[in-house]
Amino acid sequence: MRNWKFFSILLSVLFAAMSFGCKKGGDGDTIKIGALFSVTGPASFLGAPEKKTVEAFVEELNAKGGVAGKKIEAIVKDTAGSPEKAVSFAKQLIEENKVFAIIGPSTSGESLQIKSICDDSKTILISCAAAELIVDPVAKYVFNTPQKDRHAVMRIFGVMKNLGINKIGVISANTGFGKAGKDQVIKLAPGAGIQILISEVYDKDATDLTGVLTKVRDKKVQAIVNWSIEPIQSIVVKNMKQIGLDVPLFQSHGFGNVKYAAAAGKAGTGIIFPAGRLLIAESLPDGHPQKPLLVAYKNSYESRYKEDVSTFGGHAYDAILILTKAIEKVGAADSEKVRDAIENTTGLVGTAGIYNMSPKNHNGLDENSFEILTVKDGKFAQYTGGK
Amino acid sequence: MSPDNIVQYLISGITAGSIYAIVAIGFNIIYNTTGIINFAQGEFLMLGGMISITLAQFMPLPAAILAAVIITAGVGFLIELVFIRWIDSPSVLRMIIITIGLSIVIREAALHIWDEKVRALPYFTGNEITSIEILGARFSPQVLWVLGTCAIIVIILNIFYYYTLTGKSMRACAANRTAASLCGINIKNMVSLSFTLSAAIGALAGCVISPITQTQYDCGATLAIKGFTAAIFGGLGSSTGAIVAGLLIGVIEAASISIIPLAYKDAITLTLLLGILFFRPGGIFGSREAAALKEY
Repeated sequence: MRNWKFFSILLSVLFAAMSFGCKKGGDGDTIKIGALFSVTGPASFLGAPEKKTVEAFVEELNAKGGVAGKKIEAIVKDTAGSPEKAVSFAKQLIEENKVFAIIGPSTSGESLQIKSICDDSKTILISCAAAELIVDPVAKYVFNTPQKDRHAVMRIFGVMKNLGINKIGVISANTGFGKAGKDQVIKLAPGAGIQILISEVYDKDATDLTGVLTKVRDKKVQAIVNWSIEPIQSIVVKNMKQIGLDVPLFQSHGFGNVKYAAAAGKAGTGIIFPAGRLLIAESLPDGHPQKPLLVAYKNSYESRYKEDVSTFGGHAYDAILILTKAIEKVGAADSEKVRDAIENTTGLVGTAGIYNMSPKNHNGLDENSFEILTVKDGKFAQYTGGK
Repeated sequence: MSPDNIVQYLISGITAGSIYAIVAIGFNIIYNTTGIINFAQGEFLMLGGMISITLAQFMPLPAAILAAVIITAGVGFLIELVFIRWIDSPSVLRMIIITIGLSIVIREAALHIWDEKVRALPYFTGNEITSIEILGARFSPQVLWVLGTCAIIVIILNIFYYYTLTGKSMRACAANRTAASLCGINIKNMVSLSFTLSAAIGALAGCVISPITQTQYDCGATLAIKGFTAAIFGGLGSSTGAIVAGLLIGVIEAASISIIPLAYKDAITLTLLLGILFFRPGGIFGSREAAALKEY
């Protein structure tokens, strides 16, 4: 008897939950947004600040009354950087939680895995990962916020031209981000008059690269380009100095976390890399269109979490900003209309740059969204050499 | 390839190999007493590194390392006391599952105690850009620290295992539990001691390699896999074998890098390992007969 009673209560609760959960995007008062971030694991440098940023953003927005008269509810899932987990969480968010849109994943590999899942189920996906393949070819419901690899490579080649460098070595991690970046470097090099003498791929968990750097040194390169997002970025430069390989090291925009510069210590000085302006927000000239937003985000993040801001958290900031602005414009959580509104975003100032999207361009940033930075005394500074 | 590059490849192989070797030694201690592989060994390394990095902010480096070794040894002892000691018939499979479970628990606990960020101890000598030059090849002085620590640990362990009663008792436990027990050896105490000792050595290794590899909450598993390979390669139970095998794997990897793309490095190592295990199941320093008598 008792069991039956319990069972019937359970059933009625379940039915109640189902009837509430039926409508896509949440019930009357809230809009559910799913977030897939690699909060732990090797890509935690991306996911942890992204999660914190989204939580702070949603809290502030809801305190101000939400968007279009509704509160936002963020459901954050930790994928630990694994594409398999990203796929199953994406399905869970879409089918069980019936979210209105998904923000993330943090890494390119994960984003590419769930691109078609989101597009097929007509769920808006705003990825926080950079690989070109996420938005090219364009999928109707898929967008991303970081600057493009291609633009990063073009800016790096620009600096090389000024420094008179034309023979380089390329090393990259065996991740989606590493491969996508390496492909862009190889594709764009001939047009920039740059010759790639050697290209090597290393394991993302590697702890020492002196062997492969010896091989690179043997090729007499004038500079090295390293493309990865993992802590190995700090090890590369230490190993270079230790084996006496004194050529400039160019890193990707994956280096945009001051912890990496700190971990590289004295060896880090002189690393050249493209990054968003967030890292040098305070030293931007007054009147720069991005300055007020950047300084505000930086101060709010750093005072709340007592840690340095990184460009990666900024990608999540931009993603939820674009989404909520579009919902605000439409005035309701209507998938189709909001999607159209995102696609027509113009002149929106974000942390990574100024977004101008179009049906053919689901990223919306241009080459100028990058600034070339360097490392000085374990800190980031604007790069002024080679001009 | 110029001659100075050959030396450079050799040295970079030794750098990587010294890390494999120092991790491999830890595996052997618990194996020598219980005949099992402790899959949480990598986590002892991580704990040693993390604790010493935290303590180094408040005290001089040697004191921080010593404290980290003692604390981690305490953790190893507690783990044995709470999770292993009460098991009546510790079968190999059961122990493996327990240690794998423990490794996950320790990793997650570390994530909550610290965070997901990467840290490193300062270089013991010089800094990130200091390097020593030998025959035109250059390397970080930290490599010498790792090699030196390996050598000292192995010498002390060999003396302990072959010349002290406690050490001999520990080896007896692995050879035959029942017989050892009949001879009056308290097996449970020996197992406790082996966990404590292996945690201490793991922690020391974690501190010494931290400047090179950097430390974060999940670095244990990656290091443990390499160390495990070296331990099997050298013959389980032999500390000298672990060092030789670790260095050999490092040098073979470096040699393979010099000829073929880096991406195939692990394939070369694993092929070699399979080959060795096929022809010499006990590893290069183990005996075939002894290996055949083991439980697995």
